[in-house]
Amino acid sequence: MNIVVCLKRVPDTETRVRIDAEGTGIETDGVKYVMSPYDEFALEGALRAREAAGTGEVALVTLGDAASGETLRQGLAMGADRAVLLDGTVTPDGLATAKAIAAEIEGVDAPLVLLGVKAADDDQQQVGPMLAVVLGRPCATGVVEFAVEGAVVRCERETEGGTEVLELPLPAVLTITKGAYEPRYASLKGIMAAKKKPLEQKSAIAVEPGLVVERLELPPDRPPGRVVGEGPEAVPELVRLLREEAKVL
Amino acid sequence: MGFQVAAKFQGIDFYNLDALFSEEERMVRDTVRDWVEDRVLPVIGQAYVERTFPTDLIPEMGELGVLGANLPEKYGCAGLNNVAYGLIMQELERGDSGLRSFASVQGALVMYPIYAFGSEEQRQQWLPRLASGEKIGCFGLTEPDFGSNPAGMITTARKTSDGWLLNGTKMWITNGSMADVAVVWAQTGEIGDTKGIRGFVVPTDVAGFSARDQKGKLSLLASDTSELVLEDVELPADALMPETSGLKNPLMCLTQARYGIAWGGIGAAMACYAEALEYGINRIMFDGPIAGKQIQQVRLAEMVTKITQAQLVAYHLGRMKDDGTMTPQQVSLAKRANVDMACEVAREARRLLGANGILIEYASMRHMANLESVYTYEGTHDIHSLILGQTVTGIAAF
Repeated sequence: MNIVVCLKRVPDTETRVRIDAEGTGIETDGVKYVMSPYDEFALEGALRAREAAGTGEVALVTLGDAASGETLRQGLAMGADRAVLLDGTVTPDGLATAKAIAAEIEGVDAPLVLLGVKAADDDQQQVGPMLAVVLGRPCATGVVEFAVEGAVVRCERETEGGTEVLELPLPAVLTITKGAYEPRYASLKGIMAAKKKPLEQKSAIAVEPGLVVERLELPPDRPPGRVVGEGPEAVPELVRLLREEAKVL
Repeated sequence: MGFQVAAKFQGIDFYNLDALFSEEERMVRDTVRDWVEDRVLPVIGQAYVERTFPTDLIPEMGELGVLGANLPEKYGCAGLNNVAYGLIMQELERGDSGLRSFASVQGALVMYPIYAFGSEEQRQQWLPRLASGEKIGCFGLTEPDFGSNPAGMITTARKTSDGWLLNGTKMWITNGSMADVAVVWAQTGEIGDTKGIRGFVVPTDVAGFSARDQKGKLSLLASDTSELVLEDVELPADALMPETSGLKNPLMCLTQARYGIAWGGIGAAMACYAEALEYGINRIMFDGPIAGKQIQQVRLAEMVTKITQAQLVAYHLGRMKDDGTMTPQQVSLAKRANVDMACEVAREARRLLGANGILIEYASMRHMANLESVYTYEGTHDIHSLILGQTVTGIAAF
């Protein structure tokens, strides 16, 4: 069975974010970019499903600039079969991204489309469900494990205090979160093989974003801590402040 | 035992060398770096104090493809260029010199000679299984009385009616006790005849072959160092590596291994520098971080300078190796300079860490102790000095 995995290139989660001069984005100088970790779970899930089926291909799709090619090659090195780079601008509007990706996926014979539950940079959780709507397919979000069984896909979701099991008819869209799919390391042979795998670059369809970022700010500095005293004598005052001022007791 | 969990290592790259590496080279490095971070650093301190090599990492190294990574894909290897191979050695030694030694021996001293001097049957039989880590190899050249002077070796191989008879002792053999196969160098002619030295592929389960763990080490504790004894070991005729024709063959192997060590030293130094920098910033003394004191800043400045110089040497050496223009003397310079650099950086890092620096919870003293072996093996620092001396003066001092 063919599976499409949608990836996003994001700043490394260890990045110390600085706001750019316009105040609407982040400084990109010196920032290391990686595949969004949730997308790595999705890719791992896809690779295991392909291995279980023993047939089919895993295709990667991303919307971004030429630098996203590196992220796609990382995915190819992990074991995906081919990749498509939709050359275009990533906006904060999840619907614009979903429409651009849908235009590519509509023409592909792939009953299963996987994405990370959210991008590690903007945390919006929009693209997956919106893509499902644009494609007119059912969607399960926050899936921790799935299995294709004939014409359906069974999904497990973790809910408050329990597990929810869903069954969706194929074709379907799933967004994957941390669970069963600890991503594999790209093997060094895989890295070499990735160079020979097809990576197609095409222009993304133009979609006018309906959402713009007005302002981006770092959280205010935390107020400095306060020492209320030392030793056992300070405890009553500490308890009083925790109760009356901080209201945590 | 608690170990410090530091922020994810981002590399030391003061001169933006990343821009010189290809995307694949960076991807290889980052993959091995992540693996070392996830799998090696959490266990290596414990393994070190327990004096064990973490053998469960071997199949993982095989799966990643780090063993003999610069050998061709047709033998189950990754087929990487030598710069990528060097970066692998760097990252492994950021974990521990014992881990890098394992990979150096397996790749450069066992797989390389089988590939370069072995028969096609020997290649087919051993290389894929050594690449996957299913089989472990060791390299027997050094003897108790012939270290820096291997030409004088007294391990002999005598022709018999249907094969070879080997006798002798090999010492300081990394992987010796756990090896499935040993590449053994032995004298087939008169003692002292450099052209009589030939290489043999010896399965370690043959009668008369034994290995003894080297006791009492204070360095490379997370590594198997052994003595090999060959007592009337009978081998079939095809145990000989047919393309070996003298001492130059094991020396070619050493050039491969020393090349990797020149990169490995950088990895160990990076680990120590990063640890010292982080500690210096967080350790408060006299109401401020010790990294704000001039004496520690001099230390850190020296470290980052030396690491950067070593990186440039290794980088260019690697490009020359890939071009086919690298000479063994250039490898001598890099091994000598970069390991010496790593020794200095490790010692200064340990000192910056103060009393904490003597604990296994920190990596610097472990690296410092390991690097004394690295300084001494694969051509001692002093012998490399003499090689360089001979190269520039035209006069051999040994």
